[in-house]
Amino acid sequence: MGAQQALRWFAPAVLGFLALAAWEWVVWAREIPPYILPGPVQIAQTLARDWDSLSVSLLVTVQITFAALAVAASLGLLLAILFAQSRVIEMSLFPYAVVLQVTPIVAIAPLIIIWVDDVRAALLICAWIVAFFPILSNTTVGLQSTDRNLLDLFRLYGASRWQVLWRLKLPSAMPYFLAGLRISGGLALIGAIVAEFVAGTGGTASGLAYRILESGYQLQIPRMFAALVLVSGTGIAIFMALSLLSHLLLRRWHESADTGEHR
Amino acid sequence: MAKRYGTGTLAVQDVNMDLARGDFLALLGPSGCGKSTLLRMIAGLIPSSSGEIAFPADPEARRGIGFVFQEPTLMPWATAARNVALPLELAGMPKREAHARAVEMLARVELAGFEDAYPRALSGGMKMRVSIARALVTKPRLLLMDEPFAALDEITRFRLNNDLLNLWRDERFTVVFVTHSVFESVFLAERIMVMAPRPGRVVRELRVPAEDHDTPEFRTSASYAAHCREVSHALAAAMEVA
Repeated sequence: MGAQQALRWFAPAVLGFLALAAWEWVVWAREIPPYILPGPVQIAQTLARDWDSLSVSLLVTVQITFAALAVAASLGLLLAILFAQSRVIEMSLFPYAVVLQVTPIVAIAPLIIIWVDDVRAALLICAWIVAFFPILSNTTVGLQSTDRNLLDLFRLYGASRWQVLWRLKLPSAMPYFLAGLRISGGLALIGAIVAEFVAGTGGTASGLAYRILESGYQLQIPRMFAALVLVSGTGIAIFMALSLLSHLLLRRWHESADTGEHR
Repeated sequence: MAKRYGTGTLAVQDVNMDLARGDFLALLGPSGCGKSTLLRMIAGLIPSSSGEIAFPADPEARRGIGFVFQEPTLMPWATAARNVALPLELAGMPKREAHARAVEMLARVELAGFEDAYPRALSGGMKMRVSIARALVTKPRLLLMDEPFAALDEITRFRLNNDLLNLWRDERFTVVFVTHSVFESVFLAERIMVMAPRPGRVVRELRVPAEDHDTPEFRTSASYAAHCREVSHALAAAMEVA
């Protein structure tokens, strides 16, 4: 168990280190100029040197991502609950949620940026559109897949609609909601970045995507990579945080969080 | 407690039954003979197409129906005690009192010490005990059981049969027990209604007198074997009629 756990961290770490070393070596041996491909050491140095400006951009992107995720999670959950209460509402609204999902964000982002004066708000809306659907559709499925016999049992004991929702349907839907949230966490970040790319230099919000664009124009490729590292790092951190949240909430009862101690 | 029934649906046809307080009645028949449908109609989970279920005027009589499904049907996110406390909490009992009653009931089904266990940590037999505890925690007058032990291994099933009988002898609630096992019905029930399919109906009622149940080692006694033979014949006859 302990050795297995160690291997899970150790193996990818070794692989990552070897890849970075090989990258550094190729850049050094073939004398590739930094404006084509900087080595990892130089990227790390740039990250440290420009940390002041980059961290401000990181904060902006993280704020937009989390705000979008929070809105997507609460609205998605509320709408899914509404769907579970009324079949008519679900049938009328769900197709539009699908439309929202299948329309490429790159295509509608310019419109949103034109319509919404505040750039941050525009970015938030774009990130929200991308992050919204997985939560809505997962939670809807979750609310519908409540055990039929348990529903009968609640009916037998005269449970109110509210009791059925709160004590039965929502806990049943929890694993589905959390799976949706995990997908949406990454999507919210992508939405925020993509929207900022579309907003381009007009952006006064200056998140990480803006830094990447700006560095590209100025041919400061190491800085571009540094910003990219931060984007990836943020995505990984969000995924891990949401996985941890999901594990903590489900570990005692759900199969997906089975740690092997019960069987 | 009296109950009369009669429905004109395809699933169940012209069933009449009277239940007296403390009866242990088995509904025995092959799959698709409407046993479960009948049970759900008694519970009020599905409406009957015609006919009625009459409870005595005594308002206490309607107080409680306990239902045990074929599957344990526990909430996986709740501990054993919280699962058992559910009917009480739904009825508005304060949590602490409901919990105390649930713990007491778990001890009665021999699950003392498992109050805080989650269902996935329990064996199939233990889950079924939790399910029975939940059905009995409201002290129902009528316990409805829908093939509750069908999915369990034989050893576990025998133990649960014994424990169910002990609980029933202590509390004297009325039981309607759906099964497709001749042996289980004879072992448990004093009244056995044999049902035939298409359309579901009761073709015969047999009795296993209480004094026979009191035979020592009833399960391996000659009296048990004789009753099993009689019920088997009735069931075979029912299938022929169908």
